[in-house]
Amino acid sequence: MKRGISYTAAFMTLLQRDLRIAIRHRGDIFNPLLFFILVVTLFPLGIGPEPQVLTRVAPGIIWVAALLASMLSLERLFKADFSDGTLEQMLLSPQPLSLLVLAKVLAHWILTGVPLILVAPLLAVLLHLDSNSYGALMATLALGTPVLSLLGAIGVALTVGLRKGGVLLSLLILPLYIPVLIFATSAIDAAGLNLAYDGQLAILAAMLVGSLILAPFAIGASLRVSTN
Amino acid sequence: MQFESFAEFINMGGYGFYVWLSYGVTFGCLATLITLSVRKKRKVLIEIAKKMTREQRLKENRGTKS
Amino acid sequence: MWKWLHSYADPERAYKLSGTLLPWFSILAILLVGTGSIWGLLFAPTDYQQGDSYRIIFIHVPAASMSMAAYMGMAVASFIGLVWQIKSADWAAAAIAPIGAVITFIALLTGAAWGKPMWGTWWVWDARLTSELVLLFLYLGVISLYASFEDKVLAARAAGILAIVGVINIPIIKYSVDWWSSLHQPSTIKITEKSTMSTDMLYPLLINIFGFGMMIGAITLIRYRAEILARNGMRPWVRELAKAEEAK
Repeated sequence: MKRGISYTAAFMTLLQRDLRIAIRHRGDIFNPLLFFILVVTLFPLGIGPEPQVLTRVAPGIIWVAALLASMLSLERLFKADFSDGTLEQMLLSPQPLSLLVLAKVLAHWILTGVPLILVAPLLAVLLHLDSNSYGALMATLALGTPVLSLLGAIGVALTVGLRKGGVLLSLLILPLYIPVLIFATSAIDAAGLNLAYDGQLAILAAMLVGSLILAPFAIGASLRVSTN
Repeated sequence: MQFESFAEFINMGGYGFYVWLSYGVTFGCLATLITLSVRKKRKVLIEIAKKMTREQRLKENRGTKS
Repeated sequence: MWKWLHSYADPERAYKLSGTLLPWFSILAILLVGTGSIWGLLFAPTDYQQGDSYRIIFIHVPAASMSMAAYMGMAVASFIGLVWQIKSADWAAAAIAPIGAVITFIALLTGAAWGKPMWGTWWVWDARLTSELVLLFLYLGVISLYASFEDKVLAARAAGILAIVGVINIPIIKYSVDWWSSLHQPSTIKITEKSTMSTDMLYPLLINIFGFGMMIGAITLIRYRAEILARNGMRPWVRELAKAEEAK
């Protein structure tokens, strides 16, 4: 049977398309990033500027802000494609849906997760993060934010057809984010105390692999429900 | 029987407030849930009956007009 | 065997079967919960460490264990509904979700009311309490997702996917919360060990655990019947029932 184009070609085409569209609407990249920075700046104002306190809470603040920023940016993952019918075309294409979905999530992570990782050290300076912890911070963000994108995409796919999906989305996916938050912050804390943190990183990596394998199927099934 | 008098039973060795709060909330919540669940069936049936009468009326009106 | 099971996928038969099962479940539930609670409150010996405050255990532990069991039940029903496209299973999942949420809430609240006299605070970020709280959030997510869809066939499928994703996540969440609390609280507070429990305390507890299970079964059947009727409003047998109800 002739399938038109190969899996790799389909994956790359979709990835490039999503990246190109996002670069044309730059606000979509910068707004979640700005939100991330703003949330982090609010905390010292709220709990006081003492460096010791800030050092203690910095990993938690950065990670919670990252969770919220990633959730906010996820909302638009399937929205435009859903409203202009591209999503249905994707469902009808001969390529497996989970592959196409993976391309979309990867594009989303490149656009929102990577800038977040790049700006995180800057915020860590503002929060007086322990100097030993920078490596752990970057490593956990690099491993953790793709998991957030993958898990979040399930929730987005479930709510894309609903008009008031925003608040519901947070109720659906924030509980699923808890393990990532726990292991990431405990890795950063351990690094701050000069302890080994490769155990936590290994668990985060396992979560990444697990969600890479399972999430695309769940996202695909959810999209089929939403576009019915 | 562990308690000598009714007042002692209510007092629960000084922990009366917590014990009765737990039991009260538990059985209160369960009673509400059960009442709502039992009423739900009747509500559903009445809604269906209303829909049927609406459809009936619609059919009659259509019959007289055309 | 599958053929036999499939015949109960027919809504009318499922409705009738649940109708015949309901009285049994209800009677058992009332008897067991009644016996267990009265035994626990009146006749079980006073704990030498915790005094009478430990009597909360007779509802706290059943609620906590059943909150997990109900989630598993809901997820299994959703799975059957999704994979074999059996709508009756979807309705069962929809019927269990609110009950599970209420039971989880009860477990949390009785835990808090027990914690106040024993630990001195209403809430500690203990592993079990935290994972119970997360479980409540998962239930609420499933319920509100089910409620947000107009088309209930789609709603059941969407909520089913979420319930299954939740089931995969529950062990991970549980494990991570255990890890987290052992990291942050070196001196975790232990609830009295089960093995040291005297049989006079253990029997009412076991009776109440079974009683809560039966009660959840009974409420599920009640809600399940209502759900079947609501989803089959166009069928003649439902319409006849509706007529009879209106005439009352």
